[in-house]
Amino acid sequence: MKISYSWLQEYLDLQVSPKDLAEKIERSSVEVDSVTQPSDGLKKIVVGKIVSMESHPDSDHLKICSVDIGEDELSQIVCGAPNVAADKKVIVALPGSRIGDNVKIKRSKMRGVVSNGMICALDEIGFSKDVVPKEWADGIYFLPDDAKIGDPVFPYLGMDDHLIDVDVTPNRGDMLSVYGVARDLGAIYGQTPKLNHPKVEEVATSAADKVALDVDKDLAPIYKMRIVENVKIQPSPVWLQIKLWNAGMRPINNVVDVTNYILLKYGQPLHAFDYGKVSGSTIKARYAQKGEKLTTLDEAEHELNEKDIVIADDQKPIALAGVMGGLNSEIDDQTTTVAIESAVFTPTLIRKTAQRQNLHTDASQHFERGVDRGGVEEAVNAAAQMMHELADGDVLKGIVTGSSYDVKDAVVEVTLSRVNHVLGTELTLDQVEDIFKRLGFGVQVDGETYTVSVPSTRWDIHIPADLLEEVARIYGYDKIPVTLPSGPTTVGALTEKQKLIRDSRHVLEALGLNQAISYALTTQTKANQFMMRESSETELSWPMTADHTTLRMNLISGLLDDVAYNNARRVKDVALYEQGRVFYKDSADQVRPSEHEHIAGAVSGQLVVDPLKNAKHNAVDFYQFKGIVEQYLDNLAIKGDVEFVATNRYPEMHPGRTADINIHGHYVGFIGEVHPTIAEAYKINQTYVFELDLDALIEMPKDMNQFEPISKYPVITRDVALLVDKSVTNAQVLAQIQKKGGAYLKSVELFDIYDGKNLPGGKQSLAYTLTYQNPNATLTDDEVNQAFEKVQKTLTSELGAQIR
Amino acid sequence: MTLKDQLDKIRQERKEDIKDVVDLKKLDSLRVELLGKKGPITQALRGMRDLPADERPSFGQFANSVRDELQSAIETRRDELKKDMLNKQLEHEKIDVTLPGKPVAQGQPHVIQQIIDQIEDLFIGMGYQVLSGPEVEEDKYNFEMMNLPKDHPARDMQDTFYITKEILMRTQTSPMQARTLEKHDFSQGPLKMISPGVVYRRDTDDPTHSHQFHQVEGIVIDKHITMADLKGTLELVAHELFGDRFDIRLRPSYFPFTEPSVEADITCFNCGGKGCAVCKYTGWIEVLGAGMVHPNVLEMAGVDAEVYGGFAFGLGPDRFAMLKYGVDDIRNFYLNDIRFLTQFSKKG
Repeated sequence: MKISYSWLQEYLDLQVSPKDLAEKIERSSVEVDSVTQPSDGLKKIVVGKIVSMESHPDSDHLKICSVDIGEDELSQIVCGAPNVAADKKVIVALPGSRIGDNVKIKRSKMRGVVSNGMICALDEIGFSKDVVPKEWADGIYFLPDDAKIGDPVFPYLGMDDHLIDVDVTPNRGDMLSVYGVARDLGAIYGQTPKLNHPKVEEVATSAADKVALDVDKDLAPIYKMRIVENVKIQPSPVWLQIKLWNAGMRPINNVVDVTNYILLKYGQPLHAFDYGKVSGSTIKARYAQKGEKLTTLDEAEHELNEKDIVIADDQKPIALAGVMGGLNSEIDDQTTTVAIESAVFTPTLIRKTAQRQNLHTDASQHFERGVDRGGVEEAVNAAAQMMHELADGDVLKGIVTGSSYDVKDAVVEVTLSRVNHVLGTELTLDQVEDIFKRLGFGVQVDGETYTVSVPSTRWDIHIPADLLEEVARIYGYDKIPVTLPSGPTTVGALTEKQKLIRDSRHVLEALGLNQAISYALTTQTKANQFMMRESSETELSWPMTADHTTLRMNLISGLLDDVAYNNARRVKDVALYEQGRVFYKDSADQVRPSEHEHIAGAVSGQLVVDPLKNAKHNAVDFYQFKGIVEQYLDNLAIKGDVEFVATNRYPEMHPGRTADINIHGHYVGFIGEVHPTIAEAYKINQTYVFELDLDALIEMPKDMNQFEPISKYPVITRDVALLVDKSVTNAQVLAQIQKKGGAYLKSVELFDIYDGKNLPGGKQSLAYTLTYQNPNATLTDDEVNQAFEKVQKTLTSELGAQIR
Repeated sequence: MTLKDQLDKIRQERKEDIKDVVDLKKLDSLRVELLGKKGPITQALRGMRDLPADERPSFGQFANSVRDELQSAIETRRDELKKDMLNKQLEHEKIDVTLPGKPVAQGQPHVIQQIIDQIEDLFIGMGYQVLSGPEVEEDKYNFEMMNLPKDHPARDMQDTFYITKEILMRTQTSPMQARTLEKHDFSQGPLKMISPGVVYRRDTDDPTHSHQFHQVEGIVIDKHITMADLKGTLELVAHELFGDRFDIRLRPSYFPFTEPSVEADITCFNCGGKGCAVCKYTGWIEVLGAGMVHPNVLEMAGVDAEVYGGFAFGLGPDRFAMLKYGVDDIRNFYLNDIRFLTQFSKKG
């Protein structure tokens, strides 16, 4: 809401600049979005008087005006506005001036005739088209006759005012009015705002004879009405129009403008309607009926819901209560009898109606945040009196009340020690009492206990904590001391799980993978890819975009999106890992998915980019990628053997280049190359991926670091080269060697693979180094030879190996 | 010429020859020629028996001295030649030390992770636990127990991805306040915890909005926790993450789960507090929300709000990273462009 600095000055004596005032509001009340002056960026725009005018010789619509701009000579300005007329005071943009949209005006020629500037319409000097009064929408604006020729126009249009745009939090609905802001500033600056309270001049006729109200109290706990007869509809005075347009409202006429003015001033939404258009004499506040329709003032037709509240006459709805009036009872130029409604509607109902009908208005915004229930009557009185003054209306006697109740102050108790205990301050009894008084609260002090009566203007305050906030903000957050929590010592440390997650990240980073954080919400298709187990999917009930509809059940698809993003930007070498959650459901009936930590990696192109090496030959292959996973698992030191078992069970993976990873016989994940058709679908180059169930890895028993004495006895090695069928795997060979290796076999290492020329078809040659060591004695050649022979024998007999 | 004269001649002439040798092999053959069994010195010593007995000792001595002299000349020459050869080899081995080193693989932690780790470490040092909660939450924890009943207008502040009416993607890490408050045994001491994690909002992704981002929740509940403690704690966070020259200030704000509620601003990074376009000429930038835990939140979690109280805060690592490193588009954090990820590798 834009609050006018000059309007505030009517109630307070503010000796601070608008900018400082805004700063104060921000530090003590609510956030301020901006402080602006409508004349910002405009210059050399003055009051001029059209002394005479004649037609342009070469144009039907242009007029050549002689304009008095307060200089010795008249200025010739060409103007094409349809309403341009002699003897009017107008807005003149002089040569060298700057008008709206940062446009510079120069001396120019219009169809051969010199024009020394421009006569302006309101929207040409920065007014939003939404606030320009209809009567000025299609032409230039006429300034009041007493405007001083040659002066800047800004003061005459309220453009020299400063507007403070406050961003009001939901709890501070009271700040959505000038009175509310004035009260709060009064508390902040220790002033009592000079708020005026209206006296209504009524005629003898009683309003109650004219109208009856039938109000459902659950919908409108307070509903009051006044009737004003014999109004003369015309434009509002300029001072009122200025207040409205500076608040972003379009002046309409003297009746509608009054209701908007009261809304700005008091924060009480009013609705004025043409009582002459109402059928019958009973106004109802009720739920809409099925099938009812209403066209609102914005000319939109609404199908009403049975939970919408309407204001209705005998036959039809005439307003969407608390949101917007109906077109069928609109105030127009012929209106003579006006009904002014001042009410409080149940906030949740208004909020839902506004959402359902997608119609968020100033009124609904106010009702949603609440209004001052004690101020309903004053608002309708002020409005009626203004219609009397501005529209010559006769205010009928009395307020007609459809529903009402006794609005009481909220009484809240708080102690001084509580204040200081929570705020960490050392405030005195008097200091706190003074703050309550400045806020306009009633306060009684008994010992160190304050009994605080909070008026209805601050309906957000109910409990002691609310009062603490008032004390804190008025005292000033800057003055609150700076300390750290004292009290019993607590131990802070990462849990085992958290440590392992951190360690996992560090290991993968050390191995060259960059941490990625991808979106957990993805497409249904991607969510279901690379699945490590069966799971139903979890879908959003109302997604924002088609790209993010379903919770991921794998991390790889997100990484592939990342690879695609990089590849599309000619970044070919991508090495990523991600640690995060996947979401599983055992069945479609399960509502809430279980969440599991996974860790996954993806590498495409080269892991180490060495420009001196051929990029193609240096690209990561299965084995380099497997080395990363092996090293990671090695660092985790889970008890038991890590096995890589060839598999073709993942439809998204290369059937011949994928392995399940088992640890101690338990499946923990997989590794391999992305299937070429999937890679094509993602638009990525050849990519290797792995995904592991990190929760499972964390749960598994681990080996601890333990020093093992380094043997002082020498090792003896034996090399063996085998000619075996290509179908024989390294794992099979290793298993046989380990099985028959004997007590002193320390390690086995594959050092050569050959399947090229000179070998019989279908064969490959594998060469291993076997290392023997006795930790307690020097091994003899005989011992080693015996053991080595056993190995060779078993390889021959079990795998049909030919020892080369 | 006497035998001695002959030897002396050899000594003089051949010593010069030794100095002229430029090749180790030739030096070796010269050594054999001079000092070997068939060499002139050995020959001379053999011929000694023809000398009168009284001349033999002095001749013997002389012959040995010639041999020693030649031997030493050869050795000196050998050392010289070896040294020359080594120097030549080293000269030959010269490389261009300005060629690039061989690259090694090194991955980087995500910039948001770096911020979160830094925050975790700071709070662990102050005795906080680090807890993580579910990303798919119950409405009850995400809203209701945070003092946001179903029709609360503040729910509009957060657009929510619902899965069902009661299940949603958490919009904040605050539900971890309710979850830990429910469980905490205050007879074992105060509750001090932070909870980092991913949160979701029904937002259209643009430079300043992301439907997925991070938060770190913090809460301290004990018998004597004050707003001053909150202020001190937030100041530490600012100093740790941004540096000692950064100040914080508190402003009133509104969160349903805290009362009083504050917004914390930090000295503007761009201008150091002087005022610039980044901070809208205020010198301050809003970085987090905080407050004293609302008594309703404590009571709903079964904690006696008369006895216990404290503060809570929620900060956004994404926003911190954007401010700290001048990242101008939040989407950078989730697109994982390698050229972006690898920028944040500087330690210390």
